[in-house]
Amino acid sequence: MYRYDEFDRTFVDQRVAQFRDQVRRRLEGELSEDEFRPLRLMNGLYLQLHAYMLRVAVPYGTLSAAQMRKLAHIARRYDRGYGHFTTRQNIQYNWPKLSETPDLLDELAEVEMHAIQTSGNCIRNVTADQFAGVAADEIEDPRIYAEIIRQWSSLHPEFSFLPRKFKVAVTGATRDRAAVKVHDIGLFIRRNAAGEVGFEVVVGGGQGRTPMIAKTVRSFVEKRHLLSYLEAIMRVYNQFGRRDNKFKARIKILVHEIGIEEFTRRVEAEWAEIRDGVLDLPADEVARIHAYFAPPAYEPEGEAAATLARQRLSDPAFNAWVRSNAVAHKQPGYAIANISLKPEGGVPGDATAEQMDAVADLAEQYSFSEIRVTHEQNLVLPDVRQDALYELWQALDAQGLATPNLNLVTDIIACPGLDYCSLANARSIPIAQRLSRRFADLKRQHDIGELRIKISGCINACGHHHVGHIGILGVDRKGEEYYQITLGGSADEDAAIGKIIGPAFSSAEVVDALEAIVETYLRVRREGERFIDTYGRVGAEPFKEVLYAAA
Amino acid sequence: MPLLKDGRLVEDPWVPLADEDPVPKDGPVLVSLARWQAEREILRVRPAPVGVRLASDDSAEALADDLADVALVAVDFPAFADGRGYSTARLLRERYGFTGELRAVGNILRDQYLFLARCGFDAFEVSDARAPEAWRAAMAEFHNFYQPAADGYASIIALRHRRVAAAE
Ligand code: SF4
Repeated sequence: MYRYDEFDRTFVDQRVAQFRDQVRRRLEGELSEDEFRPLRLMNGLYLQLHAYMLRVAVPYGTLSAAQMRKLAHIARRYDRGYGHFTTRQNIQYNWPKLSETPDLLDELAEVEMHAIQTSGNCIRNVTADQFAGVAADEIEDPRIYAEIIRQWSSLHPEFSFLPRKFKVAVTGATRDRAAVKVHDIGLFIRRNAAGEVGFEVVVGGGQGRTPMIAKTVRSFVEKRHLLSYLEAIMRVYNQFGRRDNKFKARIKILVHEIGIEEFTRRVEAEWAEIRDGVLDLPADEVARIHAYFAPPAYEPEGEAAATLARQRLSDPAFNAWVRSNAVAHKQPGYAIANISLKPEGGVPGDATAEQMDAVADLAEQYSFSEIRVTHEQNLVLPDVRQDALYELWQALDAQGLATPNLNLVTDIIACPGLDYCSLANARSIPIAQRLSRRFADLKRQHDIGELRIKISGCINACGHHHVGHIGILGVDRKGEEYYQITLGGSADEDAAIGKIIGPAFSSAEVVDALEAIVETYLRVRREGERFIDTYGRVGAEPFKEVLYAAA
Repeated sequence: MPLLKDGRLVEDPWVPLADEDPVPKDGPVLVSLARWQAEREILRVRPAPVGVRLASDDSAEALADDLADVALVAVDFPAFADGRGYSTARLLRERYGFTGELRAVGNILRDQYLFLARCGFDAFEVSDARAPEAWRAAMAEFHNFYQPAADGYASIIALRHRRVAAAE
């Protein structure tokens, strides 16, 4: 994975020193909270319902074992012994003290991490396919370009006070695991007719109160033009994005209001002025960063596959875990092992310091010291030999980390909701917990198959409810928590926004309603048909009937 | 309002004119873009320099052809979070080659000095006597930058590239 050179190191150290001074000025009363707010936000520090929350960037979701160990240490030393992995592949700490945050950031800098641009109206931490570099369906590792974009966007002098926050995602695979089409800018690595590798650039996707699927502005941008093209888009957005209304300030609204043709025309005109200039990406810089993402020294396949097959036959519980949580690897003899952070009754994405330490140890032992964080709030050991999966599974099980539910009904995404967030209408976490108990039976979960439930505590949609196969949105009804259900959303290459099925349900009703939807699916599905495909075939009617017939 | 220019507090010799104010015979004056566009022929031949004040939604392009006749461009920041002026400044400097004084006016924070300077501003309307000290601190906070901008610093990519080239 990428390692800092002296430029990167100096930059992050100087950033911490700058923040230390800002915190000092705040604590000494030289800065008011109003003046401090934009400064702390540019460093990922939020003021929540009960305390400060610090969001630490995990660039494109890749962590080393040493970094994970540091995150565990921070959870212990500065928080209450746990951390929360988010839908943007980051980690949040819910209880740090303001006066201690500079020290916390110093400790992060020791392992080449930071909290730069994890909030604020700037270009946020760039996300990428969690299986980058190990997926069989990949043209090139998207992290190379995510890292280039991370650097270019860090304290960008022109784009640090945008109309609104700005999210970029990159994938190099044909299957979109990074929800690329619901980002402000999405990059798909493509090969053109001449065999060259470049990017399809899509713009204007997003969730929130006006969910939209991104549209293509250019179907092929050569690598060397990546930064100039991005700068052209950002400049058009910075100048013309709406600033009169926070809810209309995302780039998706600009694209929607002036139309993709006019938007593209402006971007292309701007690009014509700046291309072939100082932003040209030198091939040696791409090669330099590429080298950091070279594959590790894989061992020959040997008996790995046969051993795994034997172990699966002899242990049904292990077999269930492999079936749901192990994914095909591009390298023969290896597997991608997914670690679910969605145990029965747990808080989606939470991990204790002990669990983080355990994952760090296991990464060292079984996965070339590398770990990934997924936007579904799970962890991944990307490079595990197939004949080591059994030992790994046992070790994970001992830590409560072997729940075999990846992409199943209890692999729920949930935002922090009213338990933490000051913007929330309703709680998200307790709904996720109740659902995970209701559907705890593993046999039933595997029978139901792939089903993605996503829960947001308000229309800001941090829990991605719009793109859940089943989405749950917390709404406020005369001071009571209610939940609106949407069906048919999808975050992958066939991205779609879910449709509201009908009136919202009370907190007491919502879990029964979910179960009724699932039962209906089981009744009407065809052999081998996923929930989302059944919904696509039969539409909303059968579900509506069951949910609202009595009323 | 005191002026912070090249890191020092200086007297501001420019007289701001409202659109209905009469134009004085001499002395540098600062007018709105609208007034400049309406009276440019008269203002141009005055014996003293003219500056133009751009609102945050005025484009740099609107002044592009007139920059030879303008000694100062002031860009307004109605709120510190309104970042349009950063693009305006870079375009004036990098695309249209403006070399006169580029002044940030309105609501700016000391923690924005570095961004503003990188985008080409060299003067700032300030209200705090400690501004020069804050300015010096801000300018010393970082040694290198990832992006090329209007301040002419070589980006970190360019520095790395040079190093590779030198090694070959
Ligand atoms: S969706 Fe709403 S409630 Fe949930 S974290 Fe985001 S802002 Fe808070």
